[in-house]
Amino acid sequence: MSTVINIQPVTRIEGHAKVAITLDDAGNVADTKFHVQTLRGFEKFCEGRPVEEMPRTVCHICGICPWAHHLASSKAADGCFGVTPPPTAVKLRRLMQSIAYVSDKILHFYFLAAPDFVIGPDADYSVRNVVGIAQAAPDIAKQVVHMRHLGAQMLERFAGRAIHPTFSVPGGVSKPLTEGERQKLLPPAGELLEFAQFTMKFAKENVFPKYMDAIKSIGVIDTGYLGTVREDGALDFYDGKLRMMKQDGSYDDFAYDQYLDYIGEWVEPWSYQKFPFAKQWGQLNMSLENPVGVYRTNCLARINVADKMATPLAQAELEEFRAAFGRPAHYTMLSHYARLIELLQTAETMVELLNDPEITGTDIRVPVAPKAGRGVGCVEAPRGTLIHDYECDADGLITKVNMIVGTTHNNAAINLSVNQAAKEVIKAGKYDQGILNRIEMAVRSYDP
Amino acid sequence: MAVNVVEDWLNACSGCEISILNIGDPLLGLLSEINFVHITALVDHKFFGQTGDGTVMEIPEAVVGIVSGGIRNDEQKHELEEIRKKTKFLISLGSCACYGGVPAQANMWKNEEVFEKVFRQCPSSTPAPDPDDPNVPKWTPTCAAVDEFVNVDIRIPGCPPHPDWIADAVTGLLQGQTSWSLPERSVCDTCPVIRLQKSGGGPVKRWLENMDFNPEEGLEKMRCINEQGYLCMGPVTLAGCAGKTGVPRCIQARTPCRGCFGPIRKGAQPMVEMMGALSSVGLDPKSILDRRALMNRYTGGHGNLRVLPARPIK
Repeated sequence: MSTVINIQPVTRIEGHAKVAITLDDAGNVADTKFHVQTLRGFEKFCEGRPVEEMPRTVCHICGICPWAHHLASSKAADGCFGVTPPPTAVKLRRLMQSIAYVSDKILHFYFLAAPDFVIGPDADYSVRNVVGIAQAAPDIAKQVVHMRHLGAQMLERFAGRAIHPTFSVPGGVSKPLTEGERQKLLPPAGELLEFAQFTMKFAKENVFPKYMDAIKSIGVIDTGYLGTVREDGALDFYDGKLRMMKQDGSYDDFAYDQYLDYIGEWVEPWSYQKFPFAKQWGQLNMSLENPVGVYRTNCLARINVADKMATPLAQAELEEFRAAFGRPAHYTMLSHYARLIELLQTAETMVELLNDPEITGTDIRVPVAPKAGRGVGCVEAPRGTLIHDYECDADGLITKVNMIVGTTHNNAAINLSVNQAAKEVIKAGKYDQGILNRIEMAVRSYDP
Repeated sequence: MAVNVVEDWLNACSGCEISILNIGDPLLGLLSEINFVHITALVDHKFFGQTGDGTVMEIPEAVVGIVSGGIRNDEQKHELEEIRKKTKFLISLGSCACYGGVPAQANMWKNEEVFEKVFRQCPSSTPAPDPDDPNVPKWTPTCAAVDEFVNVDIRIPGCPPHPDWIADAVTGLLQGQTSWSLPERSVCDTCPVIRLQKSGGGPVKRWLENMDFNPEEGLEKMRCINEQGYLCMGPVTLAGCAGKTGVPRCIQARTPCRGCFGPIRKGAQPMVEMMGALSSVGLDPKSILDRRALMNRYTGGHGNLRVLPARPIK
C-alpha cells in the first residue's frame, strides 16, 4: 500500500504550504506536491479602489516585503496617471527599498536559513531554530537582532513605517529628506554595510564550504531565470528591463508592458498558487525528466541574468562566484550565496544614495489627475520579480488588476526541487526528521 | 521556567511576526522566557507528527496562544479552534485577527466572483476550474475576525501592531496580568498637528497631491490633514501605532491615517463617526468616492463589509 507523508506546515518560510510525498510499495518516491493552501483574492477586491490608494493597500500582500509591493504598485499607479516622478523621488524610493532589503536579507539568512547550517539539518527541531542560534552563537544573535532593529528604525524615523508603508505615492513620494534626517541615516547605514561584509565573510568561511555536498545534491534542477537589469546589463532592484534567460544562458529582454507575451500562468487543482511559465518555450511541463517552461526568480535568478552587479564589492563577489559555479549557476541552494551578494549590493546602494547630492532635493512629486489608463509596474522583491498591472476608469478607480508576484514565479520550480530532493534522500521507505528537513531545505532556499 | 507558547499565522501576511522580531534588543531576553512549542515562522514543529504520518492535526498544549490573521478557510478555522482548546490565554494579534483586516475587503463580493476573477479572468492565466483538491482548504463564507469563532482574551490590534505593545502584552501575561488593552484614545489625541476646527469646506479632496507642510519643521507646525481637506481616519481610529513613544506613523510620513488600529472602542461606528468628523470641519463627506471600503479598510469582518446589490463601479 502506498504511504503519504505530510510535511505540514512547511516551516521557517513566509507563507502557508505543505509538502505531500507519496511512496510506492517499495518505499520509493512516487509523487510529490508542494501545496499552497491560502488565497486572499487581492486581484478582485482591489477593483473599485481609487488608484492613489493602491500602493498602501497592496503592500499588505506581504508583511516581509511590503516595500516591494508598495513600490511596484506606485510604479503601476504612475503609469495609470501617465506621470514620471522627479529624479529625487525615484532616488528616495530606491533608498527606502535598499534599507528594507538589507533587513530582509539579514532576516532570511540568520533567522530562517541559518538554523539548518549552523545547528545542522539533523538536529532536533526544538533547537534547530533562532533560539538555538541564540544559544549556540549568542554574540552573532545579538548583533543580528540589533542590525534588523537598526534597519527598521531607519525606515520608521524617516518614512513613518517599516512595515506596510505609505511613503511612496503616485507621482513621487510624500516628503523630502532633509539634511538633518540624512545625517541621522548615515551612521546606521555605514554600520549595516559593515555587517553585510562581515556576513559574506562569515558565510564563505564557516557555512558554505561545510555544505558543498548538500548544495550539489539537494533540490538540484536546471531551469530558466527571470530578473531585472539596467540598460547596461547590471542588476537593478527598482527599474530596468525584464530578462528571461534559458537554461543554456541565452536570453530575451523585454519591457514591463510586454510581460503577457512572455509569461503565462497555469492552474492546478491541488494548489491555490498559480504556476507561471515561460510561454515562448512551450506549454508548462513539470516533470523532473523533461521540464518545459520552468523558470525561477529570486536571488539566484537575478545573479544569473545580470551581466554584472551595480556596485564594486558585490561585483567582486559575483566574479568569485562565477569563477566557481559558472553562469547560469543552477544549484538551488546557491540561492543563499546569491542572497548575500545581493545583500552587499543593496547595502552599498543605500550608502551611495545617502551620499548623492540629489537625495535631499525638494522636487519630490508631480501632480496627478484622474484619467482612464493602464500601468504595469515592476520591481525586484527579495523573492523575485513583482508584476503589478492595473487599469482604471476616467475617475481613476481601478477596473482591472493582474499581479504575478515573487514566490508565485517559483511555484513550478519549487515543486520540481521538492520532487528531486525527495527522490534523492528517501530510498526504500527509509526516512526520519532530518531527511524530511532536507526536503524542506530545498523549499527554504527559495525563501518562499 | 519558560512559558509554553503556540503562535501561528492564519489568513495573514506575516507582518505581525516581523513586528515581533522588530521588538529589538529586548527580543532575545523575551525569547528566553518563552518556549515556542509551535510557530510556523521560526520553529519546525509539524501538525501531523515530525515524520508526517499522523492523521489528526496536533497542536501542543500551551499557556499562551497567539494568532495573527483572520479566518478565510475551513482549515484555518479548525486550527484556530484547536489552538483555543489547547491554550489558556488566546491573543489575537493584528488587525486581521481582530477585525478581518485588508483581506476582508473581499467580503464585498461573493466568493464565487473572487474565484471567477482569479482563476478565469486574469489575462495571464489559462482559464481553469477552481482548485478543489482536498489539500486546498475550502473558503469560509466570509473573511472573518478570530472572535467570530472563538473567545479571545487579549486583542492587540494594528497593521502591524507596534512591537512595544506585543512586548508589553506578552511580558504582562508572563507576569500574571491576564487582561491587556490599549487606552481608548483616538489617533488625533496623540497627533501634534495644528487644529483650528475648520477647513476650506467643499468636497473632500482626493489624495493626489502632497500635504502642505514645511519639511524642516515638526508636525506641530503642520495643519491637521482633515482640515487641509483630505480624508484622514485619525478621529475614529484607536491610538497606538507609534508604540509608547512617537507620533502616529502615517502622519509622521506626512500621509493621512488609514485606520489600521481599528475603532476606538467596541461597538463604535467608525464610518458614521468619520462622516460626522468631516462634516464638523465643514467638508462634504458624501463626496468621497469608495467611502465604504476606505472607511472599513481594516475592519471588513464582523459583517462590516458585505455584498451589496449594486456597486459604485461604473
